[in-house]
Amino acid sequence: MNAPLRQSLSQFIRRSWLPACVVGFSLLLQFAAAANSSSSGEQLLVTSGATGHYGGHLVVSLRSEPKTLNPVTSIDVSSREVIAQLTADLIHIDRASQKVVPSLAQSWTVSPDGKRYTMQLRRGIHFSDGVVFDADDVLFSFKVYLDDKSNSPQRDLLTVGGKPITLKKDGPYEVTFELSQPYASAERLFDSVAILPRHLLEKSFQENKLAQTWTLTTPPDQIAGLGPFRLRQYLPGRQMVLERNPYYWKIDRAGNRLPYLNDVTFLFVGNEDTEVMRFEGGETDVLNRMGADNYAVLEHEHKQDVQLHDLGPSLEYNFLLFNLNSQIPSASKELSHRQEWFREVKFRQAVSAAIDRDSMARIVYHGRATTIYTHVTPGNQLWLDSAVAHPARSVDHARELLRSAGFSWRSDGTLLDHSGTAVEFSILTGASNSQRTQMATMIQQDLQEVGIRVQVIPLEFHAVLDRIFESHDYEAAVMGLGTGDIDPNAQMNVWLSTGEDHLWNLGGKGPSTPWEAEIDQLMKEQVSAVQFAQRKKLYDRVQEIEAEELPIICLVTPNLLVGAKVGIGNFKPVVLDPHTLWNSDELFLVGDQRQAKR
Amino acid sequence: MSPRRQLVLPLVCLGIVHLAVLLAGFIAPYNYAEQDRNLPFAPPSRIHFFDIQGKFHFRPFVYERTEEEDQFRVYQELTARQFPLQFFSRGSDSKFAGTVATNLHLFGVKLPARISLMGTDSYGRDVFSRLVYGGRISLLAGLLATALSLLGGTTLGALSGFYGGWLDAVIMRLAELFLALPWLYLLFAVRAFLPLHITPADAFLMIIAVIGFVGWAKPARLVRGVVLSARERGYVVAGRGFGASDFYLLQRHIFPQVSSVILAQAALLIPQYILAEVTLSFLGLGVGEPVPSWGSILGSLQQYHVLVSCWWMFFPGVVLIPVFFSYSQLSQALQERFV
Repeated sequence: MNAPLRQSLSQFIRRSWLPACVVGFSLLLQFAAAANSSSSGEQLLVTSGATGHYGGHLVVSLRSEPKTLNPVTSIDVSSREVIAQLTADLIHIDRASQKVVPSLAQSWTVSPDGKRYTMQLRRGIHFSDGVVFDADDVLFSFKVYLDDKSNSPQRDLLTVGGKPITLKKDGPYEVTFELSQPYASAERLFDSVAILPRHLLEKSFQENKLAQTWTLTTPPDQIAGLGPFRLRQYLPGRQMVLERNPYYWKIDRAGNRLPYLNDVTFLFVGNEDTEVMRFEGGETDVLNRMGADNYAVLEHEHKQDVQLHDLGPSLEYNFLLFNLNSQIPSASKELSHRQEWFREVKFRQAVSAAIDRDSMARIVYHGRATTIYTHVTPGNQLWLDSAVAHPARSVDHARELLRSAGFSWRSDGTLLDHSGTAVEFSILTGASNSQRTQMATMIQQDLQEVGIRVQVIPLEFHAVLDRIFESHDYEAAVMGLGTGDIDPNAQMNVWLSTGEDHLWNLGGKGPSTPWEAEIDQLMKEQVSAVQFAQRKKLYDRVQEIEAEELPIICLVTPNLLVGAKVGIGNFKPVVLDPHTLWNSDELFLVGDQRQAKR
Repeated sequence: MSPRRQLVLPLVCLGIVHLAVLLAGFIAPYNYAEQDRNLPFAPPSRIHFFDIQGKFHFRPFVYERTEEEDQFRVYQELTARQFPLQFFSRGSDSKFAGTVATNLHLFGVKLPARISLMGTDSYGRDVFSRLVYGGRISLLAGLLATALSLLGGTTLGALSGFYGGWLDAVIMRLAELFLALPWLYLLFAVRAFLPLHITPADAFLMIIAVIGFVGWAKPARLVRGVVLSARERGYVVAGRGFGASDFYLLQRHIFPQVSSVILAQAALLIPQYILAEVTLSFLGLGVGEPVPSWGSILGSLQQYHVLVSCWWMFFPGVVLIPVFFSYSQLSQALQERFV
């Protein structure tokens, strides 16, 4: 993979970990009060879940093998999923409430100007190898992440207003972070930024070898973190086994140290279908996310020992993307001509009006999906602008729009532009994603009704990304984007005209239309606005512009579907990523499951 | 069985299949691209002779089907109204034998009911119609690619065998090279290099060209062998003695010998090339949507949920069996007849 593409990919993945939303200060205080000092002087966190039993193991599938265990360099989803179990952050986004909660920082204060965050760290707690954690580890971690040479994806995240966050140590258990400008809900930035053990990594950092440490072949005793589990064994191509971290810093209400599970095994399975088959065969206990088709298969089987959850709309949005790039290195005459149609807002509106979103939700996702008209899905109730219209499909309206934009029809029904050229274009999709290919094929049929001929071209996924991000040599594509957080800040990379994932017009040259300039302005304003109401108003306006101008034509958002064996205590799947293992420290096996596992 | 009778069965069988495919527009009740989004993955229609009162109807009929509420892909028949099967009915526009525009279909039922003999696919398209239309692509690909590779193979093989010497050496080494080529991967590579804007027809011709181009080597070697032995025959030598030209000798004395080999070879190659097209389309590298091919219909079986719950999507695979079997019988019979 070439470097810029890799970067774009890393952007996707990184942003999916990027924080957001409003802070519940009352909640913070409540959690801070719950912190308990044990006899050994450890300031432990008391969780609120049901009290469980120790023992047992959980088997979870991963669609691909992790590439690394190094939190500084990891960009792929599988690596991040494993690393999340091995490490902890300062402030965490609680996946269930979607609000920030104390993690390694047991409390914090914000200066009146909103630029300085002072955090009180948990005292007396240990890394998974038994070494004590203190402010030096925090200092070291951020030094690593912010270092240019580390090439860490977190660096961009921790750069606010063009300047990296700075921090200083106020005492062995107190650190102060300083931002160059006020940043809305800045606490969320710290989510999933793993704190590293200075005693293990400082040497390789000084020798500039950090990128080569904590690879998959590193012996388990050289890896330590503050997460609920630690590495026990890695079998290439097969599985990775994590074992309980005996030094973990959370306890349940009865005072038992978490986690309950003895170990967690990640099986590498390849793709969703294999994942489902393994789950069906009883080899895995949890199915983190599946398509509606497979959900229907499992539902149909009515197995007694399986629980299935439909969590409602996810944060993923699927959309039809037109190539509006202003600079295309090797644009053919044909593409340039077609771009003239794509740039006509009435053309985009007509396409949107002609698409039958309801059928998509019904056929592609068996009804387990919701039609959408902007990128904010109903899964994100907090930021969704309910004023955005949901017009029903109307071929007549589409024709009207096209007519008013100067298009006409030949006697056989073919749509012609003002120069008499027949309107046709191609839609790219990733061949491995059958749902998006299906959506494209339905669009093909829908647009045929207004006289537009569409070709659907399924390509290998990397070839699609390459055409969209690198060569810009495509006409339209059906894509999907997910986001790990609900906050609008997580969308900056897509909506700022200089953003790296400003898909329809890449290159970071700035706004090319007045409405893009307005979105830029609104997105920047919402970052520095501190009041939620103010931010919401600004973001609502962004959604309204989007619904009107349609830089991307949003289609449907699939529901989040998960499955698990019955008998897993505290199992509370959520819409935010990671959907099932976010509370792995509280999971335990009940009754039969426990017997079976012995 | 006499060789002649051995030939009849496969020929009749293949004749029927090819005729059906040729008359696809007439035989298929619907257009291959026609979606009924209310009927995704519906199982084959049940054709009734008895209504719910148990009364016998001489003319078979179907019921309209709807998806049961809250239960996806579970269909119930609306027994209130019967839709009798109509022969030579008027339906959607199509082309009779690919040329004359008509809306006449062999059979059909009145809307809103639909008859799907082999169920529907994910968009509610009639699998039977797609199968019949899809045969055009799959069978034609086999025939055309075979013609192409036999043309190349016979020409080069005859040249090689007849003239011998360095020409023979060059052509045969080249043939060995082509035999060693992994053709499937070659096809992948060629398909990946193609421009995006390729219409289904172009994609189809390209596939044929590639399959045919790669396939010349095997017939070339066979033909060379036959020509090599034929040119030493007494009558050929005599003909040469009388001053016959090379072309005359090839045409008059040698090709009649070769023709049997070519026929038998064709019967062997056609199913191979049909399979090649099916494989490519199965993997999504054939003609694009919405144009069907047997491979692309089978392609949906790559999804686990289709594999386990939609048995009717296997029909194109089932149809391949008699086609392949007939070709194999045919090739055997031809070999026995001529050798």
